[in-house]
Amino acid sequence: MGLLTFKGGIHPYDGKELSKGYPIEQYFPKGEMVYPLSQHIGAPAVPLVKKGDRVLAGQKIADAGGFVSAPVHASVSGTVKGMEPRLTAAGTMANAIIVENDQQYESVEFVPARLEDLSREEILKRIQEGGVVGMGGAGFPTHVKLSPKNPSSIEYVLVNGAECEPYLTSDYRRMLEEPEKVVGGLQVILRLFENAKGCICIEDNKPDCIEKMKGLVRDLPNIEVKELMTKYPQGGERTLIYAVTGREINSSMLPADVGCVVDNVDTVTAIYQAVVQGLPVTSRIVTVTGDAVREPKNFTVLTGTNMRELIDAAGGLKGNAAKIISGGPMMGFALYQLDVPCVKTTSAFLCLSRDEVSQAVETACINCGRCVSVCPGHVLPARLATFALHGDMENFQKYDGMECCECGCCSYVCPAKRPLTQSIKSMRKMVLASRRKK
Amino acid sequence: MLHVSSNPHVRDRMTTSRLMQLVVIALLPASLFGIWNFGLRALLVIVVSVVSSVGCEWLYDHFMHKKNTVTDFSAVVTGLLLALNMPPMIPLWMPALGSAFAIIVVKQLFGGLGQNFMNPALAGRCFLMISFAGRMTNFAVPEGFKGVVDAVTGATPLAALKAQGFTEGSVSVWNLFLGNVQGTIGETSALAILIGAGILLAFKVIDLKIPLTYIGSFTVFVIFYMLFSGMGFSGGYLLSHLFGGGLMLGAWFMATDYVTTPITPKGQLVYGCALGIVTAVFRLFGGSAEGVSYAIIFCNLLVPLIERVTLPTAFGKGGKKA
Repeated sequence: MGLLTFKGGIHPYDGKELSKGYPIEQYFPKGEMVYPLSQHIGAPAVPLVKKGDRVLAGQKIADAGGFVSAPVHASVSGTVKGMEPRLTAAGTMANAIIVENDQQYESVEFVPARLEDLSREEILKRIQEGGVVGMGGAGFPTHVKLSPKNPSSIEYVLVNGAECEPYLTSDYRRMLEEPEKVVGGLQVILRLFENAKGCICIEDNKPDCIEKMKGLVRDLPNIEVKELMTKYPQGGERTLIYAVTGREINSSMLPADVGCVVDNVDTVTAIYQAVVQGLPVTSRIVTVTGDAVREPKNFTVLTGTNMRELIDAAGGLKGNAAKIISGGPMMGFALYQLDVPCVKTTSAFLCLSRDEVSQAVETACINCGRCVSVCPGHVLPARLATFALHGDMENFQKYDGMECCECGCCSYVCPAKRPLTQSIKSMRKMVLASRRKK
Repeated sequence: MLHVSSNPHVRDRMTTSRLMQLVVIALLPASLFGIWNFGLRALLVIVVSVVSSVGCEWLYDHFMHKKNTVTDFSAVVTGLLLALNMPPMIPLWMPALGSAFAIIVVKQLFGGLGQNFMNPALAGRCFLMISFAGRMTNFAVPEGFKGVVDAVTGATPLAALKAQGFTEGSVSVWNLFLGNVQGTIGETSALAILIGAGILLAFKVIDLKIPLTYIGSFTVFVIFYMLFSGMGFSGGYLLSHLFGGGLMLGAWFMATDYVTTPITPKGQLVYGCALGIVTAVFRLFGGSAEGVSYAIIFCNLLVPLIERVTLPTAFGKGGKKA
């Protein structure tokens, strides 16, 4: 079998050797816990507690604000100190519940269940109540994703273990250390879709994970391990579906339109924990890495943990830290200060000693076409960026600017160091805003 | 102090300046061969052309209060390419003038690097061809010439081919390939040019789309011409056309100029095919023996049109028009 892949993409320095060898460590937070009400796409959660209330670990402290929304659970026991807007890793202020950690870790009782006894509705309910959202970064509420109009039309459930972002090793460690949870979560999802086949999709730079998974699914006829070519953005939803099934979706389609459901490794684990063990999402794996942190590591982190603490737990920053990124170097957010909470979608904190972006000098586009050849969306980034700079919304849409997935490949390869992705991204936001107005 | 910026936060090491430096390096085999073949006079032409080209860029930037762009090496490439497209015995004011025209009129007045609608070096060459046709086609034999001189005319292989028609064995295809014949400084040695092309390909400066479609469609056209004009198929004639003039230098180094070629992958194939056909028409039916330069600047003008009709289909939009 040849390696599965897509057309376009890049091979940036992957930096995974910094942290891949470190087993997951549990980190217990010391300071206050901050739980933003928007850790997902959709309506913000609605608080269920007030100042002065005592909460327990695993207790629901905010309920879903609608169907496309997700509840938020406390990850420690303690007292609610208040509610106020706090800075998030994405750079925006969001309302958050602040909890003083009493270090007791008193928890609510979790009710495990046998998968065989649960109905479809009960499974979805447990996922929804567990606050499970897309933990690969998007944060789309998982119960919504798993409720397509026609469940019997789903033919593939893809577990995204590509982890194509450079430096990130959280999915890698998860697949290596708790592969049975990943497989268990996939089995939960497969219960919802009777015609579906499960595929665990892993890039070939993780041969140990591939082997481990293959061993686990050997006797499971409806689950297969798919080896992907190591290339960024192999783990993008559209590129992943294409690589595995040969089917294409555009920006206005959902994976379900081509019979696919895609969930990240960490999300699938959360599904397993929510449905089978009865555990809500109160922790996740975060990689703290980069050449500007002393001891790169992989942590199990309780949601709400202050990021500064986490970096200190990884030995602290070296003096030369120039840029701190929440997420990977291709699609992550640069932070201007470290006091932000880990949320359900935080996959990594990357500390770099050199900011390649501010060092690069932007020059004129020479029309070399490198952006076109790497674009997984098969559009013309150089032209789109020009339309964006000229504010030409009409041509931007005519040239399929809305098909951009903002993966960043074009900016990465540009020899003239033009911030193509940034221009296109801003224009897409403007187009979306103007469409909403109509 | 932490830096913030929009994603992505990492960048490839390749820069415009490095790309241009690689082109210069890839042109070295052809340049060195030209100097060996034609003697030091060729070196002089190259130096004058490059110095004039870079000098004009610097002066323009300086007096127009623009950011100085000399360090991007694109002016070096322009000057070098222009020199390689000139006969070795050209009066030295001509490369200087041609470079000035290429840089100031064709490139800078249209907005600088990336904005020129024609390849500057070729536009400079064609400007000189039109203005001083006699001097540009005077292939007087320089002192120290190592090559084989056409006993009858001293003309370039292609000119001889045009003037006298083709007889089997009249030209040594091997000499044409090696390059020890008359011609412009950089065009004679297909071997040296192909070594340079190998460098461009190895460092991924260019890909094969344009050169192969260009040379391919040219070959097909010439074969059809041979078959339908009654002369019958002749490998020697075909190879003379492939190696005898500016085709190799043009196809690998000038038709692949980023700025003046379509950015769309399909467009590059169309562009290459158009180049091959136009070059063949100019050479076989035109008044002059050469056709590459005019074909390339003519097709440069078609680029916006080619791009417009070869827009790629966005991922997931298979066939459907947006």
